[in-house]
Parts: sequence; structure tokens; C-alpha cells
Amino acid sequence: MPKKISNRIEHHPILTFVKGRLVKFYFEGKELQGYENEPIAAALIANGIKVFRITEKMKRPRGFFCAVGKCSSCLMTVDSKPNVMVCVELLKEGMKVERQIGRGKLV
Amino acid sequence: MKKSDSEFEIIIVGSGPAGLSAAAVAAELDAKIAIIDDNPIVGGQLIKQTHKFFGSKSHFCGVRGIDIAKILEKRIQHPNITLLLDASVVGYYEDNILGVLQKERFIKLYAPKIIFATGAAENLIAFPNNDLPGVYGAGAVQTLMNVHGVLPGKRALMVGSGNIGLIVSYQMMQAGIEVVALIEILDKIGGYNVHAAKLRRLGVPILTSHTIKYATGKDFVTGAVIARVNKKFKPIKGTDKRLRVDMICLAVGLTPLSELLYQAGCEVIYIPELGGNVAWHSENMETLKNGIFVAGDASGIEEASTAMLEGRIAGACAFESLHGKNPKAQEIIQEAKKELREIRQGPFGTKPRIGKEKLQTIAP
Ligand SMILES: Cc1cc2nc3c(=O)[nH]c(=O)nc-3n(C[C@H](O)[C@H](O)[C@H](O)COP(=O)(O)OP(=O)(O)OC[C@H]3O[C@@H](n4cnc5c(N)ncnc54)[C@H](O)[C@@H]3O)c2cc1C
Repeated sequence: MPKKISNRIEHHPILTFVKGRLVKFYFEGKELQGYENEPIAAALIANGIKVFRITEKMKRPRGFFCAVGKCSSCLMTVDSKPNVMVCVELLKEGMKVERQIGRGKLV
Repeated sequence: MKKSDSEFEIIIVGSGPAGLSAAAVAAELDAKIAIIDDNPIVGGQLIKQTHKFFGSKSHFCGVRGIDIAKILEKRIQHPNITLLLDASVVGYYEDNILGVLQKERFIKLYAPKIIFATGAAENLIAFPNNDLPGVYGAGAVQTLMNVHGVLPGKRALMVGSGNIGLIVSYQMMQAGIEVVALIEILDKIGGYNVHAAKLRRLGVPILTSHTIKYATGKDFVTGAVIARVNKKFKPIKGTDKRLRVDMICLAVGLTPLSELLYQAGCEVIYIPELGGNVAWHSENMETLKNGIFVAGDASGIEEASTAMLEGRIAGACAFESLHGKNPKAQEIIQEAKKELREIRQGPFGTKPRIGKEKLQTIAP
């Protein structure tokens, strides 16, 4: 069974969230669930994943930061493609998401 | 590209309150418009604002930001308006040609008039470990929480007591995040008392004359060390306090997004009261570069109501610069200028008023 999604807002006094279909995707080979067409970053954070990549030189962990596709903090490898900004790239069923180490590898 | 091919008379970059207001006015006056925004929905900052807005009655005071966005969206349902969403303007080329990246497609668009209503970017502050996952801008927290319904953390430190810091703290509490403390380096809060009072009622400590020294954590934030500061804003020895938090939210101001205006060759000037570098603009929101207008936070950090008014002026003036003087346009412009003056006479309009006046005194 996939792990229960934990960091979702269940009840909000003002907002209701309209979500897509619940789909499977993979993080570092592990099966997780997220909603189709939400940013990949939202699905990862909902599953408690914070470290999105490791920097090239200083080997520092990086994660979600600007949320609007400007800062490059959240670059990950998605379906073998490196440098994907997961804060704006939308989740699709079966996506394989990997932490990016350094600049990632071009295939 | 051949300019004669262009189907647009005015391109508006940004669909926040400024861009949408400009579009509504110009379309009504009968210009052909394109609005470009990098988000999948229109509204800019408004789509994340669940609180009831401050501002004047005629500008939706008391209406929630998310609902203002819906009202403005209705106003741009007009046959003269083409919307390009999920599309980023990534460059300005000579002769008013914009490079636009939409998904993986690159297109060039031309219009004789361009209005930049690109809003602002969040400021950062320097402290050790500020690059750890778990340190977020207030805007990012709002996006994740209010647009996507995901919690960025469980226990937060908020840095900054302007309206954004106060409001986002309240929004975090609404979403179920515990705000452990809100710190402010100045000796008094920057935002409205009503917003601070709401937080105090919820038991959130608001610590003035405090700063963050560093974040702790190896892979992500697990804590923060704060300290009291002296009159020179330096941490006072022996006042360190260690907070157990898993997120640090920064609300330390905004800077106008002026890059594209730079690139377009506009005269860009540093005006601290407007939040940083802004393109010089007249009271008609026209820059020194022929055919280029600016409106909203991109022309100086202010608020939604003034962004809408500046948008209306820019839209009407852009129309007049294409089609000549027009009584309806004049009416819109004069009315909006009058309302802008009124808002800037108010206590919270002082800074932008001084900033805008400074611009006019260094008029070319
Ligand atoms: C937490 C918070 C609370 C606030 N509360 C209030 C309030 O109560 N009352 C009030 O009056 N104001 C309030 N404001 C301020 C108000 O939201 C802003 O002043 C207003 O949204 C500015 O409008 P704008 O149209 O200039 O820019 P924005 O709303 O920022 O819109 C700019 C748009 O342009 C897009 N864009 C930028 N660059 C590009 C590009 N290159 N290509 C494509 N698109 C681009 C952006 O993505 C964005 O959608 C608040 C702001 C915040 C953050």
C-alpha cells in the first residue's frame, strides 16, 4: 500500500481545494501518490519530502523555495530529464522523479 | 517577423490587478489586447489572498483577494482580449517584440504598445543556513498552502511584521501551522494593528527588536536561533533563544520586477520609497521608451487598489497613444488620477507618494 499522504490541508475555514485525480508516481523508485496536475513539488512536500537536490560544489541540500519557477532551487530529474523546475512542472501519472545530484546527467 | 502581421495593439505582461484593469479598460475602449501571464490562472498575487482587503470602498475593500480576482476575471471576458496563460515573457527584442516561452514552445509577439504589469519579487535576508530546505519566501508558503492545499511545515518562525508577515502568519494558523513566533528587527510592527491584534488573540508572540541569527538543521530546517538587537540592529549577547521549528518564512519586503523594462531600454532609477529599481514613468504610466508603459507593483511597491488605478491609467493612455485623444479615455484617466491622489494622502500612502513625487522631480 502506498504511504498515506500526510501534509495535506484537510479542513480550511475559507478555502476548498479542487484537485485532479489521485495518481501514482515514483520518488527515487518508491511509489507515492499525488494529484494529477498539481506541481510535482506540492506532491513531494505532501509526502514529507523536502530535499529535492544536492548542489554541485558544496553538496548542500536544496528544496522548494520561490514556488514560481524563478529561483532554480527545486531542480530535479524527472523521467530522466535533469533540471526540471518541479515547483511549476505538473504531476502526471507514473512520473519518475529523482533527486538531482549536481547538474544532473543528460541522457 | 512582419509587424503588419500582429493582431494585437497592446500586449500586457502580467495578469495581476494592474494588468487585468489595464486590459479591461483598453478593451472597452476598443483596442485589441493580449494578456500574458506565467501562471495557469489570472489574478497575480490576488489568487493567494484569503483575507479581506484593505483599501477604499470603490476598490473592493472588505472583499477577499481571491474573490477580487474572480471579479476582475469577469471584466476581461471580452472579444478584444486574448489570454496567453502558462506563458513567460523571457525577453524583449528591439522594436517591441517579446520572446514568450509557453510550455516548450517559443514564440515572438509584437504590439506597438506594451504595458509591463509584472509585479514584484520577494526580498531575502542573509543568515547562516538560509539555503536549507524549509526556509521559504512568504509568497511561496502562500502558493503551496492556499493554492495547492499543502502544508510546508508544522511549526513556523515568521520573519517580518509588515502586512504580508502578519497576514501570512494568520493564514498559516488558519491552515493548521503553528506560528511559534513572529520577529521584527525594528522596535515596532510595520503592518496594520488589526492584523497584529488577530495574531495576538491567537497567542502568537510578536517579538520586536529581534532578528534571526541562523537556522539549524543538516538536511532541512529543524530550528532557528533568534536574538534581541540593540539600537544598531546588532544581536545582544546572552539574548539568544533557540526555537524548535521546521520552517522559516521570510516576509522582508518586495522589489519591483524591472528586468524586462531594463532590457527594453527604459531609464531605470533606484527609488527606495518605491522598493528598489523602477522604470521612470510619467503620471500617465508611460516610460521614457516610446510605446512602453508600466503599472502596479512593477512601478513601485504599493497595494492592489493603486495597482488597479495605475492599470486603468496605463490602459487608457496606451489606447490614446494609438488612437488619439478620446473623451471616454480622458474621463477614466482623470478619475483614476484623482483616486490615486486620495489614497496616497492617507497614512499608509506616504511612502509611495514620496517615491512617485521623487520620480517626477527628476523628470527628464
Ligand atoms: C500577503 C499579501 C497581502 C496583501 N494584502 C493586500 C491588501 O489587503 N490590500 C491591498 O490593496 N493589497 C494587498 N497586497 C498587495 C497586492 O496584492 C499587490 O500590491 C498587487 O497584487 C500588485 O498587483 P500587480 O498587478 O502590480 O502585480 P501582481 O499581482 O504581482 O501580478 C503580476 C503578475 O505578472 C506575472 N509575471 C511577472 N513577470 C512575468 C513574465 N515575465 N511573464 C509572464 N508573466 C509575468 C506574475 O506571475 C503575476 O501573475 C498584499 C500582498 C501580499 C503578498
